[in-house]
Amino acid sequence: MRGSKTTLRTPRLFTHIYGWLMLLPAAVLLVAFTHYPATATFIDSFFSTPRGRRGAAFVGLDNYQAMVEDPVFWRALENNFVYAASVIPLTIALSLLMALAINGRIAGRSFLRLSFFTPTVLPMIAVANIWLFFYSPGYGLLDQALGLFGFSSTNWLGNQHTALACLIAVAVWKDAGFFMIFYLAALQQLSPQLAEAAAIEGAGRWYFFRRITFPLLMPTTLFVLVNAIINSFRLIDHIVVMTQGGPDNTTALLLFYIYEVGFKFWDTAYAATLTVVLLLLLAALALGQFLFFDRRIHYQ
Amino acid sequence: MSGPQRTRTAIPALETAGAWLLALVWILPIAYGLWAAIHPSAYSAHFGLNAPLTVENFVKAWNAAPFARYFLNTFLLVTMILVVQLVLCTLAAFAFARLSFVGREIAFILVLLQLMIMPDVLIVANYRTMTALGIVDTIPAIGLPYMASAFGIFLLRQTFKSVPRELDEAARVEGASPLTVLLKVYVPLAKPVYIAYGLVSVSYHWNNFLWPLIVTNSVSTRPLTVGLQIFASSDQGIDWSVISAATLMTSAPLLIAFLLFQRQFVQSFMRAGIR
Amino acid sequence: MRHVLKRLVTMAGAVAITLGAVNSAATAADIELSFYYPVAVGGPITKIIDGYATAFEAENPGIKINAVYAGTYQDTLVKALTAFKSGAPPDIAVLLSTDMYTLIDEDAIMPFDDVLKNDSDKRWAKSFFPAFMENSQTGSKTGEQKTWGIPFQRSTVVMFWNKDAFKAAGLDPDKAPATWDELVADGGKLTARDTAGAVGQWAIEIPSTGFPYWLFQGLTTANAVRLMNAAGTETYFDNPAVIQALQFWVDLSRKYKIQPEGTIEWGTTPKDFFERKTAIIWTSTGNLTNVRNNAGFAFGVAMLPAHQGRGSATGGGNFYLFKKMTAERRDAALKFVKWMTSPERAADWGIATGYVAVRPDAWDTPAMKKYVAEFPAAAVARDQLDHAVAELSTHDNQRVTKALNDGIQAALTGTKTPEQAMKDAQVEAVRILRAYQ
Repeated sequence: MRGSKTTLRTPRLFTHIYGWLMLLPAAVLLVAFTHYPATATFIDSFFSTPRGRRGAAFVGLDNYQAMVEDPVFWRALENNFVYAASVIPLTIALSLLMALAINGRIAGRSFLRLSFFTPTVLPMIAVANIWLFFYSPGYGLLDQALGLFGFSSTNWLGNQHTALACLIAVAVWKDAGFFMIFYLAALQQLSPQLAEAAAIEGAGRWYFFRRITFPLLMPTTLFVLVNAIINSFRLIDHIVVMTQGGPDNTTALLLFYIYEVGFKFWDTAYAATLTVVLLLLLAALALGQFLFFDRRIHYQ
Repeated sequence: MSGPQRTRTAIPALETAGAWLLALVWILPIAYGLWAAIHPSAYSAHFGLNAPLTVENFVKAWNAAPFARYFLNTFLLVTMILVVQLVLCTLAAFAFARLSFVGREIAFILVLLQLMIMPDVLIVANYRTMTALGIVDTIPAIGLPYMASAFGIFLLRQTFKSVPRELDEAARVEGASPLTVLLKVYVPLAKPVYIAYGLVSVSYHWNNFLWPLIVTNSVSTRPLTVGLQIFASSDQGIDWSVISAATLMTSAPLLIAFLLFQRQFVQSFMRAGIR
Repeated sequence: MRHVLKRLVTMAGAVAITLGAVNSAATAADIELSFYYPVAVGGPITKIIDGYATAFEAENPGIKINAVYAGTYQDTLVKALTAFKSGAPPDIAVLLSTDMYTLIDEDAIMPFDDVLKNDSDKRWAKSFFPAFMENSQTGSKTGEQKTWGIPFQRSTVVMFWNKDAFKAAGLDPDKAPATWDELVADGGKLTARDTAGAVGQWAIEIPSTGFPYWLFQGLTTANAVRLMNAAGTETYFDNPAVIQALQFWVDLSRKYKIQPEGTIEWGTTPKDFFERKTAIIWTSTGNLTNVRNNAGFAFGVAMLPAHQGRGSATGGGNFYLFKKMTAERRDAALKFVKWMTSPERAADWGIATGYVAVRPDAWDTPAMKKYVAEFPAAAVARDQLDHAVAELSTHDNQRVTKALNDGIQAALTGTKTPEQAMKDAQVEAVRILRAYQ
């Protein structure tokens, strides 16, 4: 159906040049700050860190060897998987529930929408300090609330069994409202006739959701999924504020460890090696999604 | 462009109660922040109706760090990023949507790569680039990695593709250049997308922390988030009253904007077709 | 591509750069020294520093001080090193005393010995508390001792106790536990449990996030053992006395049950104290003013309890001189550092910030005498300096420190025994330090 091509009236060469010229500014920046650094990171991982008068030397796979032997790396990787595997489904499920509630006829809808969405607007760095209060043993809000039910005080962030879960809760709280907006936008564009038809046929709400609504929301779910995955590897602000990766690395995520190695230990080569792992992880996920997406959303 | 007439499904009482419970939990941190900010610090862990009110925490926070300067820095930062993003993404998106040129497909895939490999994870290499360019500790250095946004390009490309060809053709018959067509036809039609994207971009960069933390180290460049963290992490431990006051102060512009425009916010997302 | 980028940056950043530009009003004949400093305590610190700079300029025409507030210690180090690598280092910076080896390894600083000219200079360099000089000097490979840092804003760990809580527990409110045994004995009485066994008030909190190794040194030093050698190339984490010290820390929670289990957040410890959640805290002398302003009860400040002996670690920041200065600038820089550490200034700075005035004669100034008379607790930190040791600092400092911190936290959370934790930390430290032998 692409009958009337612009190229019919403009010379071909002209379009090529025009196209590239329009792309150029963005391309320059993309190459400079995405493709070049990704490549440079890969190359750096085969060199040693330059220090003082000593320059960088080619060390082959030494950095990778060190990484494999580094228990903190494995811990961070494992933490990150646990973290992602919890945060992603929880956030998506909650955001969908929120959207369904707000999309329906419900008392106090604007309050609900306000309260669900507000965390998104606040800087993580700021609210993490408030969450620190929630988790404080004894007089912290969580302990005060649980105290009403007779529970004794818990050292939430100072215990290796609960610390990561606490951070997961903060991440879910921060992002669910953001994703809710996307679901809300999608829900409001679903045809109401569907619901009416289903009601006439006497289909239950759960059945209707499972068989009609949820499948129709699939593109949104995928979009949200991509963002949730990215955030679970990208966002470490709360860790910087709340635990610094402790106790004993139980809350260290991969990017936090990269930050620590790169900007506290100043071991840029090893930080690059760790970044390569993160990039490979993200690339694998991207590929997976690309294959998955391809069948559903048409790019052209 | 308005959607079909909507009839809302009634939510049963039990589920309404559930939603309210969730909402209360969700608002709790902000409610607490508000409580702590307007009461003396002795009341930051004790709640009662007889607690005296005070504005002292705001005064203390404002005086303890150069927040006015941080506000200016953040404002310059988000404005600079947004303006450049809009220009670059519009041009690139139009090229991808409507011009056929050699290497378009591969270039598009290379752009999409940034959707997954965001600048946030390339901190080590990007820091070195900034050092080499001699622009560490400048506001442009905070913004540069984000200025060509794959998300923006992707979004606008989808939008431009949905513009009817006929409008485009009509303008061209009158002899308009592609750039004129873009400005006169495409950009006005994509207004809701620009608004939605702008909102996401502004709130993202207003709240961004890790990269600015790394690349800035002076008062004249530091954005609010970094200033706030430095302010909060003194050796003396945490004073939640002052921190809450600072938190509210620093997020106030976004918070107020959202409160005022929350309906438009959601609608612009709907119209933008981000779903 | 770089050119394009640069131009883009220039254009986009014009506004920001104009705003960020430093106004240099100095005439050509003046020497303008740039001085980076961090702020780690509350209060109007930048105003005080600016005041000092102005006063110094008034007394020393021809020298301008461009004082730059750079953020936290970490920020200041990054800023200074980045500037150094780009060829325009600051002339003077206040950085952590523990950054000494890092700065030496980066070849960024010069020893003060190179600028001390006459006897008066040399006497000045010896006028500081010896405990503070431990982190300021190190031997070179040839065995010669050099002074790389001059103490400026220094602190140490002390013990704060709630006198009301002591009274309520039937203890003498004016007597803090002076030994580990007393601590355990008093602790049993101070820990308040309800009928269900839940603790309403703990006896003690020794914070263990952020920089647990620093607090830990209060235990190891009391157990008469050091964590590293003076050259910063060896650590002794698996020494039995170190393990024993960690065992005691763990026992406070698990055996004696007078301290909360798990790690204890540094940042919330003072609040825990104010909220009467704990009767005793260990924290920095830098918290003196904070506690004074916020504790709603009578409190005391004491030295850390003794075991084999007394002890604590010093902390805080030193003056460093960066390389690449001309001789003329070096002299001016030395003049400024000397001025900033004069007895009067040291006293003034200590009173204004809560840091420990860095030289004995500062404590003899009228201002300091008056302050101590009003607030005797301020002198506790000084008296403890006789027993203080250097804060843990080695080559590749942050990494070695992390190995120890992880070990301490593993023991406190119960994932490893103290012995296992310290052995693992030592293995890691040996691996890291191999490059510096």
